[in-house]
Amino acid sequence: MSEEKKEYAYFLGCITPNRYPGIETSAKKVFKEFGIETKEMMGASCCPAPGVFGSFDMYTWLPIAARNLAIAEEMGLEIYVTCNGCYGSLQEADHLLKEHSKLREKVNEILAKVGKEYKGTTKVNHSIVVLHDVVGLDPLKAKVKKPLKGVNVAIHYGCHFLKPREVRGHGSSETPYILEDIVKAIGAKPVEYKDRLMCCGAGGGVRTADTQTSLDWTRQKLVNMIEAGADCVIHPCAFCHLQLDRGQLEMNQAFGTSFNFPVLFALQLVGLAMGFSEKELGLDQQITKMPEKLLK
Amino acid sequence: MGTLLDEIIDWGGGVFGEEHMETLRQCVQCGKCTGGCPSGRITALRTRKLFRMAQEDMREEIFNAPELWYCTTCYTCYERCPKGVKCTDIIRVIRNLAAKEGHMSVPHRKIGVYALKTGHGVPIGPDQMKIREAIGLESQPPTTQKYKEQLEQVQTICKETGFDALIDFDWDKMDLKGAEAKK
Repeated sequence: MSEEKKEYAYFLGCITPNRYPGIETSAKKVFKEFGIETKEMMGASCCPAPGVFGSFDMYTWLPIAARNLAIAEEMGLEIYVTCNGCYGSLQEADHLLKEHSKLREKVNEILAKVGKEYKGTTKVNHSIVVLHDVVGLDPLKAKVKKPLKGVNVAIHYGCHFLKPREVRGHGSSETPYILEDIVKAIGAKPVEYKDRLMCCGAGGGVRTADTQTSLDWTRQKLVNMIEAGADCVIHPCAFCHLQLDRGQLEMNQAFGTSFNFPVLFALQLVGLAMGFSEKELGLDQQITKMPEKLLK
Repeated sequence: MGTLLDEIIDWGGGVFGEEHMETLRQCVQCGKCTGGCPSGRITALRTRKLFRMAQEDMREEIFNAPELWYCTTCYTCYERCPKGVKCTDIIRVIRNLAAKEGHMSVPHRKIGVYALKTGHGVPIGPDQMKIREAIGLESQPPTTQKYKEQLEQVQTICKETGFDALIDFDWDKMDLKGAEAKK
């Protein structure tokens, strides 16, 4: 990364600030260590969730997303996100508005009523991609104070981090590498497990409409990780975090299971390796508890 | 009114472009979508069947199919379709059309209520504010839920697009109209 100071507008979304603020604090803390400043997006709303609001009414989903993009444009900054839903929504909206000029006019007519305009001058980045591509793996390795040697990590990508490929642009969605690179850079080991690339089960309004079915789906994924000998799961998505972490409490209540499998947003695991404490990263404020192996 | 297929292409085309939506005509029922569908393992969702229903103009059947709402929008089928059918976007468009005709579950409409009341599908509550404070963050993030004039912008957009009417929202009660508010 170049020496110049880099600033981003942090699009918080809903789950990160309103359910798992440990994710928010991990992003701000980790990036600060690399000289990346985070600016708040005053007045941002829900992204809004692409599989939920996009399923209800595309023509409401798009102007709300465009309004969020316009806030970052006014700040003159690129965006980073900590949720695949936000990534999916904002990047897709930006892509569509850049591609289709008629659509853009229509959306701007609506935005004009609230004093906003989408110009197409920002870029939507995922925080994990910022770490991988902008910060880079060598500077990351240089900041590792507590290498996570002997820690087996199950990687869960979620869906909208990689797909659709034509919008995301991170290569193959069947053989991803970004999180694997990061896990290795902090001294841990990615483990293979059955259905590694399968969705967490929460998206598209399924969790909202039928929690039981979505939990049944998630349970299978967790069992696969545990059977493969993983010590924890990391992911790039606040909504997956909710489903994987809070979902374990809900599963234990609904199915009589006794899951307590540690769930971390990828930057929380990176934060631990960089020497931040469990408390500083908000990991003591969630359902699943961190094992000694990750904290020593 | 034209066929359901025309309507899907028209509604979705306005956002994705018609070419994107026209791919639905290319579905040859090979079933690769359904074979790789994680939802289909545990639910009745059969994407191949939905698309055949769409091609055959089975409006009522598709709008009333509960499995239409069991897609998590994971895009596995979208990426794997050998004919380039934009599966996930087509499913979302069919859901839009179903919702317009009143086929929208109460829990889904309630998410819409949160959005209209706070600007967030998942708003913050007092317990979460305490957690934020405990880890050294402002008790409330600087979003629409905190700033009324910012929230009003989102509400205005939703009135413009008719989202409030779509979910049957009552602005006096700030909740769903009628008895469904309590469900």
